[in-house]
Amino acid sequence: MKLQVNGSPREVDAEPEMPLLWALRDVLGMTGTKYGCGIAQCGACSVLVDGVVTRSCVTPVGSVAESKITTIEAMEEDALGQKVVAAWVKHQVPQCGYCQSGQVMAAVSLLKENAHPSEEDVRAAMINLCRCGTYNAIHAALSDLAGHAGKETA
Amino acid sequence: MASLFDETKTQGAGGQTEALFAPEGTQPVNLSRRRFLMGSAGVASGALVLGFGIPLAAPRVRAAEAGAGKAFDVPAFIEIRPDNTLRFLSPFMEGGQGTFTAMAQIVGEELDMDPAVFTVEAAPAGEVFQIMNGRRVTGGSNSVRSSYDTMRRIGASGRAMLLQAGAKRLGVPLAQLSTQPGKVVHAASGRSVTYGELAADARDMAVPDAASVTLRDPSTFRWIGKPVARLDMHMKSTGKAVYAIDCKVEDLLQAAVQHAPRLGLQPGVVRNEAAVKAMPGVHSVHVLEGAVAVVAPYWWHARQAADALDVEWKEPANPDDVRYMPADFATEAFAAKLAAETGRGEQAETAGDVAGAFASAATTLEATYRSQYLHHAQLEPPSTLARFNADGTLDMWLPNQVPEMFQAAIAKQAGLEPAQVKIHSPLLGGFFGRHFLYKDGNPYPHAIALAKATGRPVKVIWSREEEFLRDPLRPMAVVKFRGALDKDGWPVGLDVVSVCEGPSEGIANARGKELDDSALEGITGKSYAIANRRIAQAYVKNPPTLAYWRSVGNSMNDFFYESFLDEMADKGGKDPYALRLRLLAGNARLTNLLKAAVDLSGGWKRGPFTAADGSRRARGLAMASPFGSEAAAVAEVSIKDGQVVVHDIWEAIDPGSIVNPAIVAAQVNSAVALGLSQVLVEGADYEDGLPVARNFDAYSILPPDRMANVHVKIIESGAKMGGIGEPPLPAVPPAVANAVSALTGKRVRAMPLSRETFTT
Repeated sequence: MKLQVNGSPREVDAEPEMPLLWALRDVLGMTGTKYGCGIAQCGACSVLVDGVVTRSCVTPVGSVAESKITTIEAMEEDALGQKVVAAWVKHQVPQCGYCQSGQVMAAVSLLKENAHPSEEDVRAAMINLCRCGTYNAIHAALSDLAGHAGKETA
Repeated sequence: MASLFDETKTQGAGGQTEALFAPEGTQPVNLSRRRFLMGSAGVASGALVLGFGIPLAAPRVRAAEAGAGKAFDVPAFIEIRPDNTLRFLSPFMEGGQGTFTAMAQIVGEELDMDPAVFTVEAAPAGEVFQIMNGRRVTGGSNSVRSSYDTMRRIGASGRAMLLQAGAKRLGVPLAQLSTQPGKVVHAASGRSVTYGELAADARDMAVPDAASVTLRDPSTFRWIGKPVARLDMHMKSTGKAVYAIDCKVEDLLQAAVQHAPRLGLQPGVVRNEAAVKAMPGVHSVHVLEGAVAVVAPYWWHARQAADALDVEWKEPANPDDVRYMPADFATEAFAAKLAAETGRGEQAETAGDVAGAFASAATTLEATYRSQYLHHAQLEPPSTLARFNADGTLDMWLPNQVPEMFQAAIAKQAGLEPAQVKIHSPLLGGFFGRHFLYKDGNPYPHAIALAKATGRPVKVIWSREEEFLRDPLRPMAVVKFRGALDKDGWPVGLDVVSVCEGPSEGIANARGKELDDSALEGITGKSYAIANRRIAQAYVKNPPTLAYWRSVGNSMNDFFYESFLDEMADKGGKDPYALRLRLLAGNARLTNLLKAAVDLSGGWKRGPFTAADGSRRARGLAMASPFGSEAAAVAEVSIKDGQVVVHDIWEAIDPGSIVNPAIVAAQVNSAVALGLSQVLVEGADYEDGLPVARNFDAYSILPPDRMANVHVKIIESGAKMGGIGEPPLPAVPPAVANAVSALTGKRVRAMPLSRETFTT
């Protein structure tokens, strides 16, 4: 099967039922996208499918064969992705980092749709779990990106 | 010599081979003639490699000199590259707590090298890295505080070596040289030479006596004590950070397992083995100790097949010989059993005359509290990659907090010497206590067995569901408090029996000679002046496997104690802030700390009061003294739709002194999140011997919309340096519970609060 991953056509030797997550990680060897729960609860596996944040652990790879898939590996090739990564670094967001690929993807998806999300928009969009509790730092980074003052973290 | 680093014997310029480290019995003071070595295996050519022992503590060195014991060498491993960057091998693991950056700050400060040019990696297993009195643990919030002096001396020794090399290179007296970050400078001539350029020469210089190296005056610190940016932010924001689950080697197979539904059961017949073997992608099916595994090139295939296995699970012949999960185990019934325990337990802390205090008390009160089992729920599911090599050695990639303990256990299972087992410790995708050596709680035995059986490297990944079946739990406890108040309403007596199994005795699956400190810490060791007290543990074994969980016993015990302290305040008609100040009279450090937390919150305002948004709110406070640090927290709560909303946490923390205030603030945020998660939403329940929740759909952890604003005040009192990763957690749950009680008039005595409905 053929996939469009980060702007390149990729031949993927997998049955259509295989979740996109495992096609990326195992078949294509792209391990930036993470497995956390496998049931679309945590969001560590978030990627963009045609620009929309999608939980790849429950997305059969066969269902996205016609779509453009963007993963964390390509974030810095995208102008908005660069900005989000820079904000993540500036606000020292990650701790263990395991959920952060998915958090960055969720943030990029939000900002692609809405360059100036309100606090409420941010709250509605940024629903991925983080066991290290970086939620306030994520919020601060997004407030910065959205152009308004952030939630106090210290 | 016995060093693990025999394999890294280095080729000097003259072709001679030298060992890096002192043999056992060599006194550290004799290391002054040892030389820095370059070009060890796997290290960039021309690099300066420092590997040396220095005395950690004068008393231990004196003991060694007196022949009282083996010399106490403290090695480290620094590689300065020709491009003037540096690789540092950390004895401690990085799992988000910022340790790698802290190590770079401390070593860089004394070496005179910007932490930003450090690449830090976890050191392999080996005696030379066991710098904590012969141990090496990333836990107990110990990394920075246990190694601070050692790391400074290592950095300073490296700088001294580079200065000597610089003197030779520049042909000037040593005394005329100084350093600037990354270079040796001769001010008189304006000449300088970079560390990278000197790396090749520095190896020929004598290592100074560790005791003789000059440490920087702390008033001149550039990086220690400053909010230095963490080193791993970019890689963790771009998917480039590598965790154990991401590791790959050539010819790799992957494995998924189906664990026995209850610990202690063993696999019998696999009823559908032929059908599973015929599933897509499956390589093979293997019956293991307590589990059946499926191996496949792709993990998803292995997982699908493992889930499809129809296994006959057999009861153990002797359930008492194993940590056995009975088929009728249920958490609610077990909590009731703990509550019904009437024993007085074994005393852990006593003072004064408890019987007398209660006999003469004007008022007494009692209350029973309970905690819940908790999962670590680190987001990276456990995995282990095992590869047997042609030379008989074994490489293992696995998340771990104790590499040498894993090395020993792995060697034993694999039938190898520990030195034949190379432990790779990738970044941890969260740990919170998850990656200690837990019998039946780590995937490495499966990886070893499967790599042996298949003759190929195998990576085992436990699915989230299989993880929640074997993740050892933070213990459940039922704690019975009795308090005695004098005629003025002040506490004079406290009698506590915690009915529980401590995590240490749970992990050992046996009681030690002494009581388990980790069972009662946070009820014991409090600083409040209650003259008459008895604190005891009534041991009742828990069927689930147990574990250390961030802040260990304190994670629940401060909730119990600080909540009951508020109950005593209420009963005696005292304000909880005033009561604490009185009980801390004369304790300047804790009085200052408590006041700082309250000041940070804008002054003590217990409430209930009406907030600007019209909601009814109240505040609670609590303190804790975990892992060498002191913490005080104030929480502000309201009730919405019957559930508790925590708006703000103001927390003051006094770790004595710190290395990085930004990391401290991040860790307070993190610990607040885990504390809130515990008090608000978390609990691992069992019914019929099985966990009710096997994934995050049924096991709640704090979601983003329930996070509070966090305000941090760091106090450097100058007391002995304490921990940072765990200490901010324990004060949070009781601060919240006390606020809820103040708001609702209903005393909260069990976590999580989501199991109750509240009204204001």
